[in-house]
Amino acid sequence: MENLNSLAEEAKAAIKAATDSATLEQLRVDFLGKKGRLTELLKGLGKLSAEERPAAGAKINVVKQELQGLIAERKTALESSALAEKLAREAIDVTLPGRGQSTGGIHPVTRTIERMEDFFGAVGFDVVEGPEIEDDYHNFEALNIPAHHPARAMHDTFYVDPTTVLRTHTSPVQVRVMESEAPPLRIICPGRVYRCDSDLTHTPMFHQVEGLLIDEHSTFADLKGLIEDFLRVFFERDLEVRFRPSYFPFTEPSAEVDMQCVNCGGKGCRVCSQTGWLEVMGCGMVHPRVLEHCGIDAERFTGFAFGMGVERLAMLRYGVNDLRLFFENDLRFLEQF
Amino acid sequence: MKISEQWLREWVNPALTTEELAHQITMAGLEVDAIEPVAGVFSGVVVAEIVTAEQHPDADKLRVCTVNTGGGTVQIVCGAPNARAGLKTPLAQVGAVLPGDFRIKKAKLRGVESQGMLCAEQELGLSDANAGLMELPADAPVGTDLRSYLALDDHLIEIGLTPNRADCLSIAGIAREVGLLNALPVSAIGCDPVPATVEDTFSVRLEAPQGCPRYAGRIIKGIDISRPSPLWLQEKLRRCGLRSIDAVVDVTNYILLELGQPMHAFDLGKLQGGIVVRTARQGETLALLDGQSVNLRENTLVIADHSAPVAMAGIMGGDPTAVDDKTCDLFLESAFFTPDLLAGKARGYGLHTDSSHRFERGVDFRLQRRALERATRLLLDIVGGEAGPVTEVVDEPCLPLLPPVTLRRARIPRLLGFELPDTEVERILAGLGLIVVATEEGWTCEIPSWRFDISIEVDLLEELARVYGYNRLPVSHIRADLVIPARAEARLSIRDLRRHLGARGYREAITYSFIDPQMQRLFDPDTKAVALENPISADMAVMRSSLLPGLAAAVLRNSNRQQGRVRLFETGLRFIPGEAEGNVAGLRQEPTLAMIISGQRFAESWAVATAPADYFDLKGDLESLLGIGGAADKFSFRAAQHPALHPGQTAELIRNDKVVGILGALHPGVLAELDLVGPVFACEVDLAAVLEGELPRFSELSRFPEVRRDIAIVVDKTVAAATLLETVRNTAGAYLTELRLFDVYQGKGIDPERKSLAFGLTFRDQTRTLSDEVVNHAMDQVIDSLEKNYNAELRN
Repeated sequence: MENLNSLAEEAKAAIKAATDSATLEQLRVDFLGKKGRLTELLKGLGKLSAEERPAAGAKINVVKQELQGLIAERKTALESSALAEKLAREAIDVTLPGRGQSTGGIHPVTRTIERMEDFFGAVGFDVVEGPEIEDDYHNFEALNIPAHHPARAMHDTFYVDPTTVLRTHTSPVQVRVMESEAPPLRIICPGRVYRCDSDLTHTPMFHQVEGLLIDEHSTFADLKGLIEDFLRVFFERDLEVRFRPSYFPFTEPSAEVDMQCVNCGGKGCRVCSQTGWLEVMGCGMVHPRVLEHCGIDAERFTGFAFGMGVERLAMLRYGVNDLRLFFENDLRFLEQF
Repeated sequence: MKISEQWLREWVNPALTTEELAHQITMAGLEVDAIEPVAGVFSGVVVAEIVTAEQHPDADKLRVCTVNTGGGTVQIVCGAPNARAGLKTPLAQVGAVLPGDFRIKKAKLRGVESQGMLCAEQELGLSDANAGLMELPADAPVGTDLRSYLALDDHLIEIGLTPNRADCLSIAGIAREVGLLNALPVSAIGCDPVPATVEDTFSVRLEAPQGCPRYAGRIIKGIDISRPSPLWLQEKLRRCGLRSIDAVVDVTNYILLELGQPMHAFDLGKLQGGIVVRTARQGETLALLDGQSVNLRENTLVIADHSAPVAMAGIMGGDPTAVDDKTCDLFLESAFFTPDLLAGKARGYGLHTDSSHRFERGVDFRLQRRALERATRLLLDIVGGEAGPVTEVVDEPCLPLLPPVTLRRARIPRLLGFELPDTEVERILAGLGLIVVATEEGWTCEIPSWRFDISIEVDLLEELARVYGYNRLPVSHIRADLVIPARAEARLSIRDLRRHLGARGYREAITYSFIDPQMQRLFDPDTKAVALENPISADMAVMRSSLLPGLAAAVLRNSNRQQGRVRLFETGLRFIPGEAEGNVAGLRQEPTLAMIISGQRFAESWAVATAPADYFDLKGDLESLLGIGGAADKFSFRAAQHPALHPGQTAELIRNDKVVGILGALHPGVLAELDLVGPVFACEVDLAAVLEGELPRFSELSRFPEVRRDIAIVVDKTVAAATLLETVRNTAGAYLTELRLFDVYQGKGIDPERKSLAFGLTFRDQTRTLSDEVVNHAMDQVIDSLEKNYNAELRN
């Protein structure tokens, strides 16, 4: 049994000293394998007497189990430290920027139009688009602006030929819808419009969103309510809104809509020219002559229309201070939206 | 329209501050654009008289003046050319403060003491005139404070009138509004007839009564034109932006401002025979007061005498018959010209005058005689003379008709959404000058001759709302039946495309629809682009037939600003001559999408190698876009030519055998022309084709394994990959589920005229595991077809 004890001590020391799983495996083979030294001891039991055998066998088995346990333990320890090492080796700087395409985005004018479409879409307005090169009839005549009407001077029209123009507003789209569809109607018409004017506050092309509602019971009060709601949700602020009598040939009564300055809240600043108010859109009840031009019974139906400049509202919303930036397509500008 | 607040308050004087008054009329629809003081802020300036003016001993341009200040005399050195003995002029005394906080102190000019400063109008903020000292009337009381003498504590109120409110193009018209808004009476002014003291008349004949149905005129003989307008008149004109010319012109201008009636005075001695109002005859010309000579068009209404046109009716008088400093007899005209006939005429000659502005919008057609009497009275008071009897010729049937307008009580809530008491309705309408008669259903209103804009019921409703106050009207919310609108699921929205491109790194651009004709020719020489008659500038003169020029210009602009890596897209219409259903002017106005890339493939990063973007970057983006509608397999590409694109790097996009787009590298010649550093890749596609997607259609998932086989073949360089892919797809049989082109190689080991392509084919069946024989058979078919049709060799 001296033999067994020294064997056990030797094995334990060797297991403890093993630094990799191959050595450990070799130790297992050497001591516990089929021809291993401990196995040999077990085989040697046959030489003992029948009385001695069980006790000696039990002792050897205790050692065997102990060694098995030590090997497994050592193995787990070695594996987990190997894993830890591997993981440590694989560590990366997770703060490095990721790979791939940069993010693009949509133009602030489009972004603004889409918001408007969403707000009006939520209360049942369809989006309709139309031609940008228009005939005189749809751009002017049908809207109660006959030739030589002084209101034409308000429009600074681009002409393609004497009876064809670049549309000066998106109202002709409304006319086209009224001509082809029966009321009730709820539409908005976003798009490019053109006026022959270019300076710090005018570009020869800009965008409008115009709206039209026609049914049997709409009133000026409805118009006021809709516009006030729209401005509140658009600016996400509860600013005072006022309606000021104005003139458009295609609506009557007509109004300009002023809103308390989004920049100064009405105290007066550079943005509102110290007035505290911003002119944000025009609107009015559809003129009966416009309805009649489109074959709609003006006794039975009433309606209202409104129109706004998209760039103007985008400037106010995002604090853009130069209109011309919208069409320069400078990435340093576009990337801000 | 600019008016003096003081002048307005002479007519009606509500207990409101200037700001309150401005707010009130703004909210009634007469928008006040600006309020400005009529003079700068100054103090210590008095009326003074130059007693002597001597040459400065040491300065050619200076004079040394002795000036009577009312409280004594002071010595002033002055450089104004009109400094002369006897002149009454403003003196800023020592201690005075002029606009800009400019303090007047004793000073020495070239060694001579000066105790104050004599002033020009500009130095007092009265006008821009600075050529000489302000000349005050000879009777100006010396020593009086200038501010009180000129009543300068006044404001100029600038009103931006809408074209329908011609009735407010005068002090009288605005006073009428202010009176109504404040329930105050408006002062009447003296328009009493001035009896004739001489018998002289001048004949008037109306040959074009539809253009001029009323013409009043009279002779005034023996005037003294040398007498200047009185200070009060000059000041009123000055404040409204008009300079004093002579008393006759001043009075006609005054009547225009006060009553809104444009008038004209002829030098009677220069007129032949009598007045004829007619249209111009072919070949007639007229030298106008502004110095230009015009060839009259035949539809132009003129005032003529018996020999020639002497004025362009309602627009401008002629120079040969104008009043000058020798005039002693006048013929005064006060006429009504109809808006319909005058509309657009002045503009046709490049003219716009105070007179044409009013006549085009409508002048009160019953005002002419009163205006004439008022002008006569003023003229006689200022320049003396003897007035003849008034000649007034009227063609009643041609005068405007203002038929009575009916207002139904029920329409008020119907349109405005609220009830207005009858008494309030009547008060407002009567206050506007309407004669209101109550009827069972509402009212019948007679329209006054100054309200051309009221002809139908809704005009009255607007007046009610306006005067009552828009902001006092109620607010409500729209109501409608809630119906779910139809939406075609397979149809993409343009928003889907925008979002997708945004996610792939593209920024949306918006470029002008009108472009430089040179750019247009460069990109699309075969299309005759739509040209504008009146472009805003030469480089914005034609309507784009392609979005590419605009995007290329945007790339250039960015690269000039050190933004070398550009990925842009734009959607919008392009304009191509050619018929299309339901469209305007023989034009196709096609919704189009264009994309452009230039510079590095990826933004500079540690994680990717720097490499310039190429054709396949853009193509990949386009293919990905075509994929979002589920209809990618409906599109194909084939090599093509385009005038602005590289002949070897251009493809057409096809859908349903129709070309729906173009894709390629910008041609080096185009790059050079634009001064652009390439390569730049761009594509342009019909939006309609891209937006049309396909509804998803489920197919059973197989439970059996797939089999993958790869082949590499060598073919001639010129064989298009798309052709080979199509051949493989068509010959590989029904079990082919996926086909990948995973390698393309040209170079070492391959004939320089040939290229190698490697395909990965995946097979799978729904009902069984495919045997080798089945797959081998399919592969044999593929290889056979490639060999036969494309001279392909299998590569080991």
